[in-house]
Amino acid sequence: MLDVISVCRNFGGLPALSDVSFSLQRGRVTALIGPNGAGKTTMINCITGVDIPDAGRVDFAGEDITGLPAYRVARLGISRTFQNLKLFPRLSVIDNVLCGLTVQGGQSMLGALLRPPRVRNRERRLRLRAMAALDRFGLTELADWPVDVLAYGDRKRVELARAVVSEPRLILLDEPVAGLNHEETATVAKEIRALRAQGYTLLLVEHDMDLVMRVSDHVVVLDGGRCIAGGTPDEVRRNPLVLEAYLGRTGALA
Amino acid sequence: MNIRDRILYFLDLHRNGLTVLALSLLLAVYPLAYGNPYILGLTNLIGIYTIVVLGLNLFIGYAGQISLGHAAFFALGAYGSAVLTVKWGVWPWPAIALVALATAMVALLVGIPALRLHGHYLAMATLGFNIVIYTVLVQWDELTGGPSGFAGIPALSFGAWQFDSDLKLHYLVWTAALICLMLGLNLVRSGVGRGLAALAGDEVAARSLGVDTRRAKVKVFVLSVVLASLAGSLYAHTFGFVSPDTFGIFASVDFVTMVVVGGLGSVWGSLFGAALLTWLPEFIDVFESYKDIIHGLILVLVLLFLPKGLVTGLIDLSRVRLARWRQRRA
Repeated sequence: MLDVISVCRNFGGLPALSDVSFSLQRGRVTALIGPNGAGKTTMINCITGVDIPDAGRVDFAGEDITGLPAYRVARLGISRTFQNLKLFPRLSVIDNVLCGLTVQGGQSMLGALLRPPRVRNRERRLRLRAMAALDRFGLTELADWPVDVLAYGDRKRVELARAVVSEPRLILLDEPVAGLNHEETATVAKEIRALRAQGYTLLLVEHDMDLVMRVSDHVVVLDGGRCIAGGTPDEVRRNPLVLEAYLGRTGALA
Repeated sequence: MNIRDRILYFLDLHRNGLTVLALSLLLAVYPLAYGNPYILGLTNLIGIYTIVVLGLNLFIGYAGQISLGHAAFFALGAYGSAVLTVKWGVWPWPAIALVALATAMVALLVGIPALRLHGHYLAMATLGFNIVIYTVLVQWDELTGGPSGFAGIPALSFGAWQFDSDLKLHYLVWTAALICLMLGLNLVRSGVGRGLAALAGDEVAARSLGVDTRRAKVKVFVLSVVLASLAGSLYAHTFGFVSPDTFGIFASVDFVTMVVVGGLGSVWGSLFGAALLTWLPEFIDVFESYKDIIHGLILVLVLLFLPKGLVTGLIDLSRVRLARWRQRRA
């Protein structure tokens, strides 16, 4: 589905990613983990076109997408959430989710200005889709609220709904449970499993090991910009290199 | 649902349509009861400014950009129509379209490089453009009439029927203004409009949702410039006279003040802002002499205390109330 092949990225001579390769399988949940500064967010940025790799390539569904501008990558069906929420504070919850359908709303300025029946019907259908997405994440009640007055957990769910509403081929979740409490984390885990059951492909970047172990099919471990391990959650848990990266040379996992 | 709830729901659902309806009725009837030509001249000016401010609001309020040069595009519309109809004998209606097209081309030439800039730099670039155009208007006597202005611009007409009185112009100007407002309302409820709102909110997020931000910026800039140009043409034909003073950089600042006072990202706020800042000086004499200072003061105060502008600030407040009320009911 998505193949990352020998990607390198340097920031002013400091390697943030060096020679990283891994693949995502269709319909599976892959987790990208690693200590702080391991290069996880840089990796996501290189996949989504927010950042451009210095070397290597990224293939999506057999197509080379390295260096494509972010909006073209998004139009291929890759959607994402952000580590520090990027919602649109001026808009209501429903409008934020509708923003996930911006492209499906048509790009013609004239069509938008004149709003002929064709456009009007399309808008109605998109609205129904957005309402369905709100319903799925239990946000129906909050539809008309401006997002900046919502609780943090609710805002995280709005961003998730915005990423899912367009029914993308691949969803990248950048720390979906950071800052959430135990209960909310459990809800997100359930939602991730539900997405997988529906056939979605997900890439999960996360610090919460518990969540990663519970929901992923495959785990890729980054450390210092290198890919040090990959495998099923159990394999990765037992890998001495991973233990070393997380706990230091002398550490041991009980 | 009881009757009261149903009425409230109906009002909420059709608020835009109902506002347009109420406003057009008011505008249709009021000059018959209150046909003072001086007042009509003033409200006609408000109608014209509303079109400019609407375009600027789409650019500043919705798309989150800044232009301190819109008076220049307003000038290109006005002087374009004046020169084409008087000097070159083009019919007024096609002249308006030609001028709008030409101004759109200028907007593309200016916009494609300038819109790569952000914030203060974009403000400076557009301000500079305004100064250039203003200087041209003052210096190029043979074409523009120089500092003393350009007189004798013909009225618009359908055959022999001319828009030559303030009353007739009232209906022309406000029909145009209402049409523009409705187009604006359509735009902001569309995919393109959401793209603009996304762009204003966060460019990286907008791109990650598939919005080609660079292209979107240029498109909305051209649209807003075309509106300014149309308003300029309308201004020339309404008042029959144009002079450079109407189009200086302080006029651009006034337009921005109207956008901010009316409310960033509010279509109706554009009307409100244009009306308030055009009316106020008529009531308060101090305004006339210290206009620029007072407008600057208003701008700063609104930005400090109601950063979304008067109308948008109040609407947001009522939206939270409405959502709370709905939630309590549910």
